[in-house]
Amino acid sequence: MFRIRCPYCGERDQIEFGYGGEAHIARPADPDALSDAQWADYVFMRTNTKGLFAERWVHSAGCRRWFNALRDTATDRFVATYVIGEAPPLPVPQLVPGDQAPDPAEAIPEEAAGGGQR
Amino acid sequence: MTRYSFWSLLREGLRGHDGWQPVWREAEPKPAYDAVIIGGGGHGCATAYYLAKEHGLTNIAIVEKGWLGGGNAARNTTIIRSNYLYDASAAIYDHALQLWKGLGRELNFNIMMSHRGVLNLAHDDNEMRQLKRRIEANRLNGVEAEWLDAKQVAEYCPIINMSPQSRYPVIGASLQRSGGVNRHDAVVWAYARAAHDLGVDIIQNCEVTGLKIEAGRISGLETNRGTIRTPKVASVVAGHTSVIGAMAGLRLPIESHPLQALVSEPIKPVNPCVVMSNAVHAYCSQSDKGELVIGAGIDAHLSYTQRGAFPVIEEEIAAVLELFPIFSRLKLMRHWGGIVDICPDASPIISKTPVKGFYLNGGWGTGGWKATPASGHALADLVARDEPNAIAAPYSLERFTTGKLVAEHGAAAVAH
Repeated sequence: MFRIRCPYCGERDQIEFGYGGEAHIARPADPDALSDAQWADYVFMRTNTKGLFAERWVHSAGCRRWFNALRDTATDRFVATYVIGEAPPLPVPQLVPGDQAPDPAEAIPEEAAGGGQR
Repeated sequence: MTRYSFWSLLREGLRGHDGWQPVWREAEPKPAYDAVIIGGGGHGCATAYYLAKEHGLTNIAIVEKGWLGGGNAARNTTIIRSNYLYDASAAIYDHALQLWKGLGRELNFNIMMSHRGVLNLAHDDNEMRQLKRRIEANRLNGVEAEWLDAKQVAEYCPIINMSPQSRYPVIGASLQRSGGVNRHDAVVWAYARAAHDLGVDIIQNCEVTGLKIEAGRISGLETNRGTIRTPKVASVVAGHTSVIGAMAGLRLPIESHPLQALVSEPIKPVNPCVVMSNAVHAYCSQSDKGELVIGAGIDAHLSYTQRGAFPVIEEEIAAVLELFPIFSRLKLMRHWGGIVDICPDASPIISKTPVKGFYLNGGWGTGGWKATPASGHALADLVARDEPNAIAAPYSLERFTTGKLVAEHGAAAVAH
């Protein structure tokens, strides 16, 4: 059971929230210019990170506003929540197609992990 | 390999069971193999067995980061059925069902396969039409399925709440009589024992930490027990397909979610079959020990923690009690979560990848157990010939680019 800090309302129980999956996936600026493979990447492919992960939540039973969160998917610890439009407060590992994996030891900074939610 | 039989059981019974031998040897990783399978669950062990048996590839290894059958093989609810909608699904799931029927004999191991029947309940006219459509599709594909009206449902499984006053009254169900349940660890052990007998190395406590790729081709893998050279690697993990894929630089159409299940205290036989309901959102069977085995939907969030949240359990229990008010005073004994790799179309991936010699079998979502024999069979064929057979072909990674999805959300539904 999570306690999630809505940036607008403060900390609430998980049951008040809905989940929106991976954050910061921008809709392609020029959809007509995309190849099928690029469309597939946008529509279907996901980073699905084990570790620090940026994701969207909506405070359905509260202010009904969307926001982003950084959570460690290996421990379920929330590191931070932040409003839509802001950059993530910590760098988030991303996998670019064709690249080798991000370093799995990509550690969450001690102060951020220890500090819990913002 | 010592054959198991009634006589061997009797002999050991009379001499205090001190003559049983270990059925596989703890292998040290060799420097090189012809092929390596990542993941020692049901699918991985089945793949190794069919590679050795049908393709003569015996200089191979299974590397498993924990112990054999300790991942999702140990965490699922062992429901077997093949009543999916599309041709591609019928081909693989019914192939599995046919293999299940003879598997205990073939592997000389009691996998406790029980074809007790699977009911998929309909609670309104639309669900009834969907289920009847699926029954017709099943029959066209030679998959056994039939429709039961409310009276027949009550006769087949008398403990279901058939009251017309209930919130979601049961108006009928599809029934697959050959569906059922089996024993999860027996299946893994049976495949491992048979594969080991054919020469396969089984290496437990061996976690893959990286893949070695040279000029677009796999050349080996790094593990916590050293480097292994091999021209072929098959990833057959559950819950970590994206993590292994990322080692090869692949972004995959997979999201990993917790899926929770629970069992009640053991009681006398009361539930004669498997009951699943999409609308009420739960499924329930009874194990041979007498425990009710209960499952429901996934937790919405991504996680690798093998645990979910309490609200999902609450919904799960509410759903089961809606169907079976008779269970209301039972105590729960155990509860656990597994991580399921879910594809956007609720169908798996059995595929070559852009890295030559690296094969993927994963994304089975909430329902991989039932497919275990066919999954291993099809992947072994793919690894041996480097070409997918007719069963594996629809499950390629390319389908997410071409758009030729195998959209089985209707048949997968509550969790398959």
